Amino acid sequence: MNAKLDASNRVYRFRRRVNAVMMALSAAALAFGLFWLAWIIATLLWEGAAALRPSLFTQPTPPPGGDGGLSNAILGSVLMAGVGTLIGTPVGILAGTYLAEYGRRGWLAPVTRFVNDVLLSAPSIVIGLFIYAVWVAQVGHFSGWAGALALSVIVIPVVVRTTDDMLRLVPNSLREAAVALGCPTWKMITLVSYRAARAGILTGVLLAVARISGETAPLLFTALNNQFTSTDMNAPMANLPVVIFQFAMSPYEDWQRLAWGGAALITLLVLAINIAARMLFSKKH
Amino acid sequence: MGTVQELDKPKLRVRDLDFYYGSFQALKKVSLDVAENQVTAFIGPSGCGKSTLLRTFNRMFELYPEQRATGEVVMDGENLLTSKRDVSLIRAKIGMVFQKATPFPMSIYDNIAFGVRLFERLPKGQMEERVEWALQKAALWEEVKDKLSQSGASLSGGQQQRLCIARGVAVKPQVLLLDEPCSALDPISTAKIEELIEELKNEYTVVIVTHNMQQAARISDYTAYMYLGDLVEFGETDQIFLKPKEQATEDYITGRFG
Repeated sequence: MNAKLDASNRVYRFRRRVNAVMMALSAAALAFGLFWLAWIIATLLWEGAAALRPSLFTQPTPPPGGDGGLSNAILGSVLMAGVGTLIGTPVGILAGTYLAEYGRRGWLAPVTRFVNDVLLSAPSIVIGLFIYAVWVAQVGHFSGWAGALALSVIVIPVVVRTTDDMLRLVPNSLREAAVALGCPTWKMITLVSYRAARAGILTGVLLAVARISGETAPLLFTALNNQFTSTDMNAPMANLPVVIFQFAMSPYEDWQRLAWGGAALITLLVLAINIAARMLFSKKH
Repeated sequence: MGTVQELDKPKLRVRDLDFYYGSFQALKKVSLDVAENQVTAFIGPSGCGKSTLLRTFNRMFELYPEQRATGEVVMDGENLLTSKRDVSLIRAKIGMVFQKATPFPMSIYDNIAFGVRLFERLPKGQMEERVEWALQKAALWEEVKDKLSQSGASLSGGQQQRLCIARGVAVKPQVLLLDEPCSALDPISTAKIEELIEELKNEYTVVIVTHNMQQAARISDYTAYMYLGDLVEFGETDQIFLKPKEQATEDYITGRFG
């Protein structure tokens, strides 16, 4: 006897019900996640709106009760995140290239990949304390260089991971086609593999930048803070996360308002970087 | 299987070739001659080792650590498998086109110029001539001459495969290995590529792996029938298809084999 293939079919109706329940649960989970994100952004914009004025970008941090902005902290953050990215990106891309392209034989690549994943999930405060112990405590003072180095240690595993992943997505047939022409390995990697994985690797770098622009703990133990505008990487350096941390904890209302402004600024920046990374990636795929 | 049918002037001489994927032996003491400026076809059911055999000729298998080959593949008096020369130089002489079209992520022009630039420094004018020459050879020039700067990936499947053939031809190898080049193509593209192979053999030695027996019969001068890693029969294509010596070959080409 054949099953009745219409809406009264019991297997079919059960499947429909399961589908409806799962859809509802998925949608609820999505709404739950988006709810907090929307709330955070709305609160930051609401509270920070008063501080988001031109003077935020042009004046340095004020003493309590004074008038000022966050220009020294913005400058310090840009400097340290920039240097951290400049150190971490080449190291990360080269290491990721080794893992994906050369690490087919032996134990070194799998072990490195595992250690890198551990580093990727290491709490950033551990990285800050590590740089404090091996550098800041040795030279005896906080500095912008130490801050940049701590940030680069956060950048490296992110870039290693994305470079490795993206290069491993490049089909082997493309590599075979290149070497079949008599192409040496290094040219195959630079001219073919990198080209094919370019958008993905760049996305990884952008995500690493987004990640370090909000990191507080590694800077607290390395660059600390500076009330004045300074471009001296050998001296303590102001930066947005630590200033936000310090101002938000303070009893002064104007400092708290600046902290809200800084928090809104970082969040919008990170959001913008993420959107840029996403657009870059989707254009290629 | 009888003794090796020796040819007068073989371009490649394969002797006692064993091939292993890890502990699995995929080729068992294969010996055959590939005639110069002729088309040699490898036929046989999936998994018989015909692509594997092809991939030993340019040592492509060396990309994968668990694969190894022993025996002889001799070209111009040199065993390619044990040659101390840089493998890139061997591969430059023995070009390969794969089953799946693999345009590089760059323009049509650069796809062709890529291989040429590896061994030759040509002035712009000569490079343009070479690119046009290769695209003409692959019967693609008329279709792409106005969009050479477009991405290679923007072409259709059949065009991409002809682009890959042009890329292989552009470096002027002596031997061209074709690994099921038409398996993903429509009949019109297939016909174009078969015409092309016919023409290529004036200047190149062509070895083609194919699942399509009619294709092997149409375009090849010599045919090798393989089964489970053994070379069952090798000879002139007419003889293989009209008067096969082995019962197994006859069963396969007459379709009495699964």
